[in-house]
Amino acid sequence: MNLQGILAIYIYEMNRSFRTLIQSLVSPVLSTMLYFIVFGAAIGSRMEMIDGVSYGAFIVPGLIMLTVQMQSVANASFGIYFPKFIGTTYELLSAPLSFIEIVIGYVGAAATKSFSIGIIILLTSNLFVHIDIIHPFFMIFFLLITCITFSLLGFIIGIISDNFEQLNIVPMLIITPLVFLGGSFYTINMLPEFWQNIALLNPAVYLISGFRWAFFGIGDVPILTSVFTILTFTALCVLVIWRIFKTGYKIKT
Amino acid sequence: MKTIVSIQNLKKIYKNNLVAIKNLNLDILEGEIIALLGPNGAGKTTLISTICGLSGITSGTIKVKNLDVVNDYRKTREIIGLVPQELALEPFEKVINSIKFSRRLFGKKDDPIYIDNLLRKLHLFDKKNETIKTLSSGMKRRVLIAKALSHNPKILFLDEPTAGVDVELRKDMWDIIKELKNDGVTIILTTHYIEEAEMIADRIGIINNGELLLVEKKQSLIKRMSIKTLKVKLKNPIDKIPDKLKIYKLKLDGDGSYFLYNYKTGAEKTGITALLSDMRAIGMELKDIQTKQTSLEDIFVKIIKD
Repeated sequence: MNLQGILAIYIYEMNRSFRTLIQSLVSPVLSTMLYFIVFGAAIGSRMEMIDGVSYGAFIVPGLIMLTVQMQSVANASFGIYFPKFIGTTYELLSAPLSFIEIVIGYVGAAATKSFSIGIIILLTSNLFVHIDIIHPFFMIFFLLITCITFSLLGFIIGIISDNFEQLNIVPMLIITPLVFLGGSFYTINMLPEFWQNIALLNPAVYLISGFRWAFFGIGDVPILTSVFTILTFTALCVLVIWRIFKTGYKIKT
Repeated sequence: MKTIVSIQNLKKIYKNNLVAIKNLNLDILEGEIIALLGPNGAGKTTLISTICGLSGITSGTIKVKNLDVVNDYRKTREIIGLVPQELALEPFEKVINSIKFSRRLFGKKDDPIYIDNLLRKLHLFDKKNETIKTLSSGMKRRVLIAKALSHNPKILFLDEPTAGVDVELRKDMWDIIKELKNDGVTIILTTHYIEEAEMIADRIGIINNGELLLVEKKQSLIKRMSIKTLKVKLKNPIDKIPDKLKIYKLKLDGDGSYFLYNYKTGAEKTGITALLSDMRAIGMELKDIQTKQTSLEDIFVKIIKD
């Protein structure tokens, strides 16, 4: 295995984020904090407790999920799309690197960035509300697997996109609505029964529920269902990437 | 010289059914500079792409140092460097970081001494901490070469390295390429500047429509294919070529003040002595004689047309 090569991609991608620190780190953290102030502090103070958890604390897992999913997709998709756009993928393809190693480099860097952002949001949210995490190790695991999975998804989007508009279509038109409607700011039990059933078709519900379970021991769906959902999604992304590289789709001519 | 790259029965058909390379066979010798000449769309870049791993192979085999470029891609790519045609560089990165990145991709640890020497050789040393976007096109071209050489390859592919660069820089590039050859690097360059091939190549391959029309040593190609033209100016203009001289297929021009005689330089007899003695025999007097040799460009055009 070409570890040096993987590390080269990883470091290069991380350095790119450091060059654009405001866009990479400050912007998502600030946006999340604004959500937190508006929904948590301003509106949340007038809300009832949900399953014994204050509304301000209740939305923290959902906000972290919202941000890390968006950031994972954005970082990984841009990470591989930008070399495609400027024509520097020739370097990757002509180097003694396997496709798996290329994916590990890009997805690893994207997942590291979004994981870091998730942890920073968690730490800063403590400035607003007190949070006790019941299952901290599971929380870390779930956050990490979510970052990796959505980075894999972002990598796929970056590969298949032909322009910047396509790069933004999936995050803006699919992921954002799914996460917003997936219980980031509420429990689906608050919805009428018909909409509860509809909400269960939304995969984001299972991810947010699983992450919230790690924090408070409560969730909209059983925890094993959440774990199964995220692992299935991970496997699906890996399968698609494997297929892309096997066929050289939009990578090799 | 040993064969370092061996291409056997290579065929490349793109997904849109475009046949880019048709059953191509080529052996590249260790330490040589081979120039692949051909018009746009001839298949030069596709050929390089298949060797370097940028394009898949439809059929045939490519071996680098007897290793298959598909099955043993790690080992073959380790000794290959590629300079693409486009100025494909991350604009916001520093020169030194970009070069280090390329070296690391090849699994090699940083070697500041080697990289500094490389930068000096390419006259990039004082630019090493500058951002790529601030560099001129010529400097960017040098950065691409530095990146391709960062892992100390034995084989360097240069895809139209001087396309769109000014004359001075082109000559600089030729010097760099010659220097690399002296360091033992095998160089394969594609170009459609005939002058470039004429100046630096040891062997020349001509590609058109995905076919390798010929590969030959530059000097022997020029000698074999070259035609010289003898321009004979006459003291007294004539109306037509005399019957006795018709066997020479002369072309009368300049209102009868001179004629042109074509002869092959590689031929055993040029016919010049016989022509001049026949002229003297019929009383034609010379005013002046000039010769003009066909260039590689004329040869290239002739081969492509044929």
